[in-house]
Amino acid sequence: MNTATKQATAMISADARPVSGAWAQEARADAAARLADMGLPTRRDEYWKWTRPDSLIAATPSPAAVFDYEGEPPVFHEIDRLKIVFVDGVFDADTSDDLSGEGIEIERLADAAAADIHWAKDLYGVLEARGQSPVVRPLAAHNTAMATDGVVIRVTGQVNRPVSLFYCHEDDSSDAVLHHVIRVEEGAKLTLLENGPAAARFSKVCEVDVADRAEFHHIRAQGRDHERQAITHMFARLGAESVFKSFTMTVNGRLTRNECVIELLGDDATAHVAGAALGDGADGDFHHDDTVFITHDAVACESRQVFKKVLKNGAKGVFQGKILVKPDAQKTDGYQKSQSLLLDDDASFQAKPELEIYADDVICSHGSTSGAIDEEALFYLRSRGVPAHIATDLLVLAFLADAIDEIEDDAIAAEINDRLDAWLARHRG
Amino acid sequence: MLKINNLHVKLEEEDKRILKGVDLEVPAGSVHAIMGPNGSGKSTLSYVLSGRDGYDVTEGGATLDGEDLLDMEPEERAAAGLFLAFQYPVEIPGVGNMTFLRTAVNAQRKARGEEEMSAADFLKFIRAKAKELKIDAEMLKRPVNVGFSGGEKKRNEILQMAMLEPKMCILDETDSGLDVDAMKLVSEGVNALRDEGRAFLVITHYQRLLDHIKPDVVHIMAGGRIVKSGGPELALEVENNGYADILAEMEVEA
Repeated sequence: MNTATKQATAMISADARPVSGAWAQEARADAAARLADMGLPTRRDEYWKWTRPDSLIAATPSPAAVFDYEGEPPVFHEIDRLKIVFVDGVFDADTSDDLSGEGIEIERLADAAAADIHWAKDLYGVLEARGQSPVVRPLAAHNTAMATDGVVIRVTGQVNRPVSLFYCHEDDSSDAVLHHVIRVEEGAKLTLLENGPAAARFSKVCEVDVADRAEFHHIRAQGRDHERQAITHMFARLGAESVFKSFTMTVNGRLTRNECVIELLGDDATAHVAGAALGDGADGDFHHDDTVFITHDAVACESRQVFKKVLKNGAKGVFQGKILVKPDAQKTDGYQKSQSLLLDDDASFQAKPELEIYADDVICSHGSTSGAIDEEALFYLRSRGVPAHIATDLLVLAFLADAIDEIEDDAIAAEINDRLDAWLARHRG
Repeated sequence: MLKINNLHVKLEEEDKRILKGVDLEVPAGSVHAIMGPNGSGKSTLSYVLSGRDGYDVTEGGATLDGEDLLDMEPEERAAAGLFLAFQYPVEIPGVGNMTFLRTAVNAQRKARGEEEMSAADFLKFIRAKAKELKIDAEMLKRPVNVGFSGGEKKRNEILQMAMLEPKMCILDETDSGLDVDAMKLVSEGVNALRDEGRAFLVITHYQRLLDHIKPDVVHIMAGGRIVKSGGPELALEVENNGYADILAEMEVEA
């Protein structure tokens, strides 16, 4: 037994696991066994070459000061939404809305897990387990075994407002492990919003099953507490003609790794994943990692990865993105773009774009670039009277535009743009 | 309006002298043209005046209405009333033409201590100006110069000039890449802006632009200096005989 495995075994001892009903207990035990098999990630793992897992697997999290938002309202506050609040990883009934709604069933994970029979059984830990091959994701298995809270959401119709998961951070040393399960039934549609810093250290898994002709839209804003750390996983399975769109804005955070694993299993499905990350090392360490794995396993599916990072003062960005096209996934249209804008010489960006294609009738490509502000464009704007700092902000927003374009809802996109504007205004010079 | 005094400029990165003592005065209400062979320093002059990086002024200076131009940031020069219509307008993906123009107009107003223009007033203003230049609404919505034809880019430059209402306009080879109709349209746009309080410096290779934008004075630039100045007939002379005669006459190093 190697060290990582021993450590993993300790982290998931049966005594420490949350008590659940039979099905959930089994799912947790299976996940614990998976993790014991694969061991915790180490710095020597290829998949963790650019992001050190040490602080994510440490027995206790590094403390993270709660950020003073100085009265700034949380992102999405102007959007009419069904709000579900977690404080340091614990569901908060007092500040959450009533969870009942037309065309939607929402339960706490603990309640679903306590039931003898529950639809979530077919998904909890199931999509995560599927996502463990060909690359292992030990921290996701750990999450399945140990998650202390979360929600299970089943959507059966057209929900009239987005469901919003708001993660408050109030305790400097909180260590939150949340796990959500979402099933969007055939022809149904859900918009899921997530925002907030969540905890000093935050582990979150979201398993999403998007049935035939269903739509799932996801817009996330990770809180701007400077010292927070997060490891998140999204596992999605897509049915025929379904649509999955996910956008994440990340500003600040000592360490963030967002993994997204998508399987396109039904013909004509669409999966778009996008991210805009902005980091300024002057605020403290900033390390942001987007790790994406999209598997095309059906005919005529479309996938897009659009990841943009704006980095300065030693901020670090990582992108690992893969498109795997299985032999029968003909007519696949896959595109991957990862770009960074380095505002000074101290910032750095590492990218590993990968295509693995076994079908012969496909369009697949990737583009990864790293560059500075376009001096020609900057001079052009300034020559028209636009001050240098405003011109720079305009060019940064222009750089981010095609990631933000992936947000379909205009009001939500406007909200994200406002926050990016505000962040840029605070980080000039 | 614009006074250039014994201006010497070299490239910042290498020891290459480009302007070797330019003297020029463009009074308000006048149109001056600069012609000259390739490499004579015409475009460098326009870039140095507008504040582009990469040049060192080693001697001399330039003022706009008595203010030291070379001491200002590019945006300050713009707010002071200087405008350069680029020979190669820059494409800026992701920045809408309209957003760009509104930001520019309001930034200049703010710099001059004037009130910003409301969204409604701006829209009315830009629509009127765009119509005169036959710029359709679609072009205003597109990202700055992205996918624009050569003619569209130049018309967009003139639109910016019309919107910003500068007092000193420098046109750097605005005729390059234009067909006859586009040249006429652009020239009409420029002529519409001519008035007593505004001056133009038109840099061109060809006399034909000066058929449309009639200059008061024509300068010939060669070897980094103004080597000859005269009336509009000087442009005709160049058109008919080329630069060789003039240069031989002046005995300048080309």
